[in-house]
Amino acid sequence: MRLFSDSIGRKVVMAITGLLMVLFVIGHLLGNFSIFAHGINAYAEKLHHLPALVWGNRVVMGLAVIVHVILAIQVTMENQAAKPTKYKVERYLKATFAGRTMIWTGLILGAFIVYHLLQFTIRKTPGLVLEQDALNRFDVFTMVVSQFKVGLIALLYVVAMGGLFLHLKHGIQSTFQTLGLSNGVMLPRYGALGKVLSSVFLVGFVAIPVTIFFGILK
Amino acid sequence: MSAHASDGTMNLKLIVWRQKGPNEPGKFETYEARNITPHHSFLEMMDVVNEDLIKEGKEPIVFDHDCREGICGMCSAVVNGVPHGGFKRTTLCQLHMRKFKDGDAIYIEPWRSRAFPIVKDLMVDRGALDKLIQAAGYISAHTGGVPDGNATPIGKRTADYAMDAAECIGCGACVAACPNGAAMLFAGAKISQYAELPQGQVEAPERVAAMINAMAENGFGNCTNHYECQAACPKGIDVKFIARMNREFVKALAQDKVGALAQSGK
Repeated sequence: MRLFSDSIGRKVVMAITGLLMVLFVIGHLLGNFSIFAHGINAYAEKLHHLPALVWGNRVVMGLAVIVHVILAIQVTMENQAAKPTKYKVERYLKATFAGRTMIWTGLILGAFIVYHLLQFTIRKTPGLVLEQDALNRFDVFTMVVSQFKVGLIALLYVVAMGGLFLHLKHGIQSTFQTLGLSNGVMLPRYGALGKVLSSVFLVGFVAIPVTIFFGILK
Repeated sequence: MSAHASDGTMNLKLIVWRQKGPNEPGKFETYEARNITPHHSFLEMMDVVNEDLIKEGKEPIVFDHDCREGICGMCSAVVNGVPHGGFKRTTLCQLHMRKFKDGDAIYIEPWRSRAFPIVKDLMVDRGALDKLIQAAGYISAHTGGVPDGNATPIGKRTADYAMDAAECIGCGACVAACPNGAAMLFAGAKISQYAELPQGQVEAPERVAAMINAMAENGFGNCTNHYECQAACPKGIDVKFIARMNREFVKALAQDKVGALAQSGK
């Protein structure tokens, strides 16, 4: 029984790392909501006074992403090799667009994470406004607004969050199935949970660039 | 094309995969299926076409079949993109031509998967499924002759669950339908059937480990939870049995690790 090489073992690892990332996304969304109450500077300040939490989270998430991506690429390549010839007529009874594009939405999200970190964590992308606010805290709000006023950047975020929606619409129910926590009764419920959660993420995250771009949030 | 519509018979266009042998290149050929009645099964329709081909001195289309009553698991062709044609709980032999209309074009392809090499035309070698059974589809303890009824009491729910899993006829439609060529539904059904019953529970951890190894060795892919297998299964085997196999894997892994720790602690 090998966790990192058996077919199901690797899927279990992907499910657990995926679940960790979903939990992070929930926390991230809740934190982001502080921007609508103009509380994001205070939120960021608070977080940075908790270095153990911030760094603990960075290490765990970093490892989770790397392991998840490596196994995903490996499993996908194996699966393509196991099905060398496709059917002339392509018709699916149950497989969804979201399910069939997991590797692509995953890679889009991977690239997005790199960009997002360069932008708002490492702060090295062009056009960033880096200032202190009136209370002498780092002004996260102004930095974020300076970016989302640019149409292309706002659009890029909307596209990436579309990727997140598709990835989790399939991924969340898939997690429970892979961990063996599913049965005939629970599987449709996990499916519904996946659809609801991924929709909440989509609306919640997209709201920020969209409201800033259209000048609703200022 | 609808000249026969008055007497209810149909003329159809078949686009069929023809391949002379395992290592020959194959291609699609188009045939006319004439005077097909709605009562013909799909295989009987193929028989009619083959008779015409033989009369014309051409080689008939090779396809697997046996019982023709939906229980043996031999018939196997992908019809219009779905194994067995994609009608609920229907094997190809139980698919009747009343599901088609006069003039329809029907694509007929063999099971496609690395684990199922093509023998000829629509016939594939499904021996890889037998390899899975050889690796993990049995109970090693000798249990003697047929036991007396109710000698080992089995609850109704347990018996039903095991029977649902045992309904698999081993046709391989799950593998053919899976975009990854995985045999998880087949394997999951076997693992669940044995893990649910007292005779099979003892060896459950070894069985799931052996099954996973055998799937990898015989060229099957990994599960990505599309559930296309369940939709294509002519016996309606549920993907809950894949979840059960995953659960048995996690349990076995935990036992394995705990066991190894206990060993090292001695």
